[in-house]
Amino acid sequence: MHAEFGNYLLVLAFILSVALGVFPMLGATIKNDTLVATAKPLALLFFVAMLASFLCLVYAFLIDDFTITYVAQHSNSLLPTQFKVSAVWGAHEGSFLLWVFIFSGWMIAVALLGNNLPRYSYARVLSVLGLIAVGFSSFLLFTSNPFERTLPFYPVDGTDLNPLLQDFGLIIHPPLLYMGYVGFAVSFAFAITALIEGEWNATWARWTRPWTIAAWSSLTIGIMLGSWWAYYELGWGGWWFWDPSENASFLPWLSGTALMHSLAVTDKRNSFKRWALALSLSTFSLSLLGTFLIRSGVLTSVHSFTNDPERGRFILMFLAIVVGSALLLFLFRSSKVKTKVDFSVVSKDMFLLMNNILFVTATFIVLFGTLYPLIAEAFGKKLSVGAPWFNSLFPGPMVALFVLLGIGPMLNWKKHNLDKLKKPLTIIAIVSVSLSLIVNWLMGEFFAWVFVGLTLSFWVSFSGLYYLTQLSRHKKTLREKLAQISYTYLGMTLAHIGVVVSLAGIVLTSFYSVEKDLRMENGESSEINEYRFTMSNVELINKDNYQATRVTFDVYKDNQQIQTLYPEKRFYLAGRQIMTEADIDDSIARDLYVALGEALDETGQVWSVRIYVKPFIRLIWLGAILMALGGILAMLDKRYRNLKSPKVNPVANSDKNTVDAIVR
Amino acid sequence: MAMKPQRKKRLTTILAGIVGVGAIVGLVLYASDQQMNLFITPTEINAGSAPKDRIFRIGGLVKVGSVVRSQTSLQTDFIITDNFADVNVTYDKIMPDLFREGQGVVAMGKMNEQGIFVASSILAKHDEEYKAPEVLDALERAGHPVEKSDKG
Repeated sequence: MHAEFGNYLLVLAFILSVALGVFPMLGATIKNDTLVATAKPLALLFFVAMLASFLCLVYAFLIDDFTITYVAQHSNSLLPTQFKVSAVWGAHEGSFLLWVFIFSGWMIAVALLGNNLPRYSYARVLSVLGLIAVGFSSFLLFTSNPFERTLPFYPVDGTDLNPLLQDFGLIIHPPLLYMGYVGFAVSFAFAITALIEGEWNATWARWTRPWTIAAWSSLTIGIMLGSWWAYYELGWGGWWFWDPSENASFLPWLSGTALMHSLAVTDKRNSFKRWALALSLSTFSLSLLGTFLIRSGVLTSVHSFTNDPERGRFILMFLAIVVGSALLLFLFRSSKVKTKVDFSVVSKDMFLLMNNILFVTATFIVLFGTLYPLIAEAFGKKLSVGAPWFNSLFPGPMVALFVLLGIGPMLNWKKHNLDKLKKPLTIIAIVSVSLSLIVNWLMGEFFAWVFVGLTLSFWVSFSGLYYLTQLSRHKKTLREKLAQISYTYLGMTLAHIGVVVSLAGIVLTSFYSVEKDLRMENGESSEINEYRFTMSNVELINKDNYQATRVTFDVYKDNQQIQTLYPEKRFYLAGRQIMTEADIDDSIARDLYVALGEALDETGQVWSVRIYVKPFIRLIWLGAILMALGGILAMLDKRYRNLKSPKVNPVANSDKNTVDAIVR
Repeated sequence: MAMKPQRKKRLTTILAGIVGVGAIVGLVLYASDQQMNLFITPTEINAGSAPKDRIFRIGGLVKVGSVVRSQTSLQTDFIITDNFADVNVTYDKIMPDLFREGQGVVAMGKMNEQGIFVASSILAKHDEEYKAPEVLDALERAGHPVEKSDKG
């Protein structure tokens, strides 16, 4: 029953999305208020249909309904309950259902919170989202239906969820990642609507900003969780591989970061309009491109779902339609959007322009490296583009960005006289270089990249904090000072500090990690840095759905035992799969990481062992959390909440609202 | 002839843009040549087309009966074959879980002077149905086309 019901709801959602894509748009064009008024109820119904359909699949997993092919292939009666739920998005069909469900969540958020938009624009925005929903839900329905039955010969038990995915990280990584991916559909819909109406100004930018920041924050956390999961679960101890599937999520992130910054300029200065429009369109296009790369199976990685050319063709077609129509609309309509350029070289505008150029450059580098193997293959050449290629190119624009980031936020719009800033900036630069040298010296060995990375981290952090003190210099107590600074600026500074916290983690862990693959016998010890690892026990354990060999490692520092680690080698019964379960002792200053390779003799007393000491790796993810928190803070700024509906006179209203919202 | 300041500014911007894009493209192409890893089959290596002093990838099957493990270290020697030509490979790190005789692998590394491929990383997937496209390709190029799906 639930399968048929879920399936029926998908059909309903598809029909609703077609209606939503057509009626309000038509209504706004021919000025028919009845049609325009259908936008909100249709969006609400679409959400309800998707929610109910999603719950049907969750229910099917919970009751072990193996008559459904998807459940039979990705679950098992022995699977713990929380993993039965997360198994819903453990493979292609279910994860795409989650994807469309989350998309419907964004849609309903726009429908409920977008009241301040002019009536016709509101209808058009929802209608554009409806058209995107047509693509998503037809893809789900026609190529990836999770509700298909295996009747009449259904299996007694399921094949099991891939053990790699039986993990807390996987419960939360995909939902947040998808929230980021599809969240950029909202800024895309705003941009398309603006192009249709031929009007894109500060007010539009202010409507778009909180949505963009929300999507960006989710994507940041989604990517961070993926990196963290890969680190502890894949058993290699790496945190970023420049793997195509990682790049697929990193591309919209880079482009989305550029978008956030150019929207700020459009909002405050009513310029950079075409930049912001182009970035809105390209960010969502890159989200779709990432979807295509991962779900078509043209690239092989941990993430690629089964190779199915039909799905690939479908997404490619959808991508072509979306990108094609967005591009055409941009070419023919964006000339209506006029921008005045009037800023001097030393101004916030200029620095944000550089920001945009550098982020777009970085996006192109990653895009090129990701797609080049596909292009080369089309010409009959097989090659791969790995981490060394990216590592040789990507840091260039990043270094330039961080240098500018230490100055840009402090500048005035339009024109700034640097005289007053010269002294504090010089002091901050000297302090940063000195501190960076000291840390280099404390870590024992000098590396140019560590020196550069840390100097930039200090440079950006101190200049950000200095700026906050300047903004609030007329207030006495800390509470008053904090109240003085708007959430936008507080969030911005927090996010900027977050990105350099990550930067510091990246350079420190990349250059000072010690990684060893060893052959070790029970009772044997191995020394790495100041730590001694002693293999002290080998035991077999039995759990509900797996058996494992667990090896005990006692860790000593200065002959004092500080920790015991229990890495495991698991054998999952249902899927007959072997899994490496690393054990990690984590702290801000360093991670101790032990993973098992394989037993090297019959008695099981000799193992290949991987031992890592990784300093400051946690900073990478901590930084990402700070970035997302900064985003959330900025999103909650009063200025977005106090937006009045500019029904009477949009332009006048926008000017009034712009009047220096920097310092409240 | 004096240009209007507005136009001059625009021209400067455009020129700066062109120089910038040119520099980026140049850098990308330079790095591409240095850092991209070609994929080469055992047959091609035997024919002498392996690049010297450069990291590349080979793919094929682990030859049955060829795996020799050291008793004192992690070093493992084995042969990657495309059923046509063989390449000796040595690796001194932890083998991936799915490394087996008769199974497909992709190895990345360099040829040394003795003609042994010194691998710096070895790839075998966590999915038992998986065959890396490179492996299939190597077998196909050597004249042993493989059915895409092993399951009946």
